[in-house]
Amino acid sequence: MRHLLSIEDLDRAGIERICERARSFADVARRDIKKVPTLRGRTVVNLFYESSTRTSSSFELAAKRLSADLVSIKSAGSSVDKGESLQDTVATLTALGPDAIVIRAPHAGAAQLITGWTDAAVINAGDGKHEHPTQALLDVHTLLEHLGRLDGKRIWIVGDVLHSRVARSCIRAFGLMGAEVTVAGPPTLIPRGIEELGCAVSYTLDDIGEADVVYGLRMQRERMNGSFVPSLREYAIHYQLNSRRLNPRQLVMHPGPVNRGIEISPETMDGPSSLITSQVASGLVVRMAVLYEVLAGGERPRSGRGDASSGATSPASIGEPA
Amino acid sequence: MSEPVTSLDWRGAGDGGPGDLVVRGAVALDPRAGLERECDIVIRDGRIAAIAEAGAGEEPEGAEVIDAAGMHALPAFFDPHVHLRTPGQEYKEDIETGTRSAAAGGYCGIVAMANTDPVVDEPETVRALRERAQTEAVVPTGFVGTVTKGMRGEELTEMAELREAGAVGFSDDGLPIRSAGVMQRALQYQHLVGGTILLHEEDPELTRDGVMGEGAVSAALGLAGVPSISESTMIARDGLLCLYEDATAHVQHLSARESVDAVAAAKAVGARLTAELTPHHLTLTDEAVRSLDANFKMNPPLRTEADRLALIEALRSGVVDCIGTDHAPHAINEKNVPFEEANMGVIGLETAFPVLYTELVEPGVIDLGLLVERMGAGAELFDLDPSTIAVDAEANIALVDLDAEWEAGADGWESRSSNSCFNGRAMRSRILMTIIGGAVAFRRRRFAVRAA
Repeated sequence: MRHLLSIEDLDRAGIERICERARSFADVARRDIKKVPTLRGRTVVNLFYESSTRTSSSFELAAKRLSADLVSIKSAGSSVDKGESLQDTVATLTALGPDAIVIRAPHAGAAQLITGWTDAAVINAGDGKHEHPTQALLDVHTLLEHLGRLDGKRIWIVGDVLHSRVARSCIRAFGLMGAEVTVAGPPTLIPRGIEELGCAVSYTLDDIGEADVVYGLRMQRERMNGSFVPSLREYAIHYQLNSRRLNPRQLVMHPGPVNRGIEISPETMDGPSSLITSQVASGLVVRMAVLYEVLAGGERPRSGRGDASSGATSPASIGEPA
Repeated sequence: MSEPVTSLDWRGAGDGGPGDLVVRGAVALDPRAGLERECDIVIRDGRIAAIAEAGAGEEPEGAEVIDAAGMHALPAFFDPHVHLRTPGQEYKEDIETGTRSAAAGGYCGIVAMANTDPVVDEPETVRALRERAQTEAVVPTGFVGTVTKGMRGEELTEMAELREAGAVGFSDDGLPIRSAGVMQRALQYQHLVGGTILLHEEDPELTRDGVMGEGAVSAALGLAGVPSISESTMIARDGLLCLYEDATAHVQHLSARESVDAVAAAKAVGARLTAELTPHHLTLTDEAVRSLDANFKMNPPLRTEADRLALIEALRSGVVDCIGTDHAPHAINEKNVPFEEANMGVIGLETAFPVLYTELVEPGVIDLGLLVERMGAGAELFDLDPSTIAVDAEANIALVDLDAEWEAGADGWESRSSNSCFNGRAMRSRILMTIIGGAVAFRRRRFAVRAA
């Protein structure tokens, strides 16, 4: 795999391969020394145009665990902040010879766009409201760990689907893995035509009892009051994930950060069927697997780097401490 | 009372007027004149002097003879909707490059929109533009004035003064006239000043932050969609206003089937509304936006296949009167950015006929005659004579090789900008020569001629 721009770049086998790799990295993560030399000598640039805690930190840690050199650029304080265009920034970074660029940007297609301006492998860490493929992969990985397989499982994605890149990636990824996906939320927050991604639509949670997994989306406060829903209070009355609506067998997920008491009640968030902390742990190993896939995955001989013999392409080296 | 297209401002035929021309052996096709046959067209003093049997046309002494066997001679086109970006944004386009682009597209007349910097809301600006066109424009060019001061949609411009200065009509194109009250006043005032009002129909309250057509593609891409009702509700409003005030208005660039319905409904009750379609809305859909290439970003946006089919039907049925390109040049750095950030609009003058021929005429969707008629009909909005191939008519002719194959953009563009939504597309049919007022305004290289 050359880049990871969208779940559409993957098929089921590709998702399974990444999750399998993530599982082997999880073994490493349980050791005393958690670092492997897999990407030694490779350079990863994290280019974040939006604030992010969990995605940027887990990509940073993933790169470090794989022994890659890492540069992290956040828009605040960088030349991006001084009005430099995306194209100029990427050209500047490319002159430093990175092997991979992990990009988070507020606009759809930003990750795809920069592939035309750099030789580096590009990983989409969220592009506008379009996609967040590593989030969907870590969610699939989390579910595989708990359920074994997703075939025939019913997954409800609840909340602000309109503004959610997580929802778009998850609908695609869960569908590829054989799940039946329903999106539910206020009609003002469900975009017309979303069904064509392969999901059902519900404007109420009346039938949420059928779900094996309930995936809550973040309600963005700044988007809400008055424009899409009359109030967050009213939203919570109709769409909050709580113990009144859900039964204890239903797994609960959320990409974070959570607005406790709005899209999900505190007792459900912290309850035994909540996978929210498992998702965060999966984030690290899945992002290690994605970096491995684009930089050492073997499908792509990287020319001109002269380090093909370093063992970077050999999965066997995963277990070697750095 | 209509005027010839060459009454618009342009550089003219050059010193001593146009030379004489004989176009030999082309198939002349003009549905307006009921003409479709192989013939010689003799052009003298800017007018068509004779249409003779092929090979029989006499050659006036010193005439340039154009061997056009195998070519088609069509009445040259008229574009009621062009952005020349002058004054203020000459890095995108200016009067010379824009009109060269028009000439290369087979046009003998264009009308430039007023959303420049500054906007054309003062008579002095109109006069200055006309003066520049008289030295720089290779194609006769009309200029509209804005309907409202500063295009702010609040107060009317001095429309009478603008008309006196030579504005051919009025438009706030680029922006809608949000206020129904202001729109009504403009239509009332038209009874004093004349000149049609060209309308960019869009309700910003419904467009919100939309950047592409609303539908399955926008949902999948996570791009905010512009619903079709943003356009159709405004057309419905303005159709009713035109009817009530017995005034004339022209709806620019329809994009949606609901908009076609709204225009048809207004016409059915007798409103004097005309409407226009662009080549890109007739040939592309929102599926193209999946590429996230900003050259597919325009306003109004590309919509679904069902919309496209409705637009084609409207072209056929006459609900839509003419084709306009909405030629909207932008610099590379304004397009080479994420889709949501990119400027809206595409260039279109040089591809209009070829892409419509390739996508609609060749597959048999519409007749060539219909296309030719609709590509010239924009002149009538401004009380100008549409081109025709008839004896004594002004010689405005596009010579076209319908079999020529080329790749859009491969040889660059006459326009200063290259933001075409057809870049790289295989085209069939190419404009070889454009004759305006009997003078050669454009000649494709390597197209051979001889002197008589």
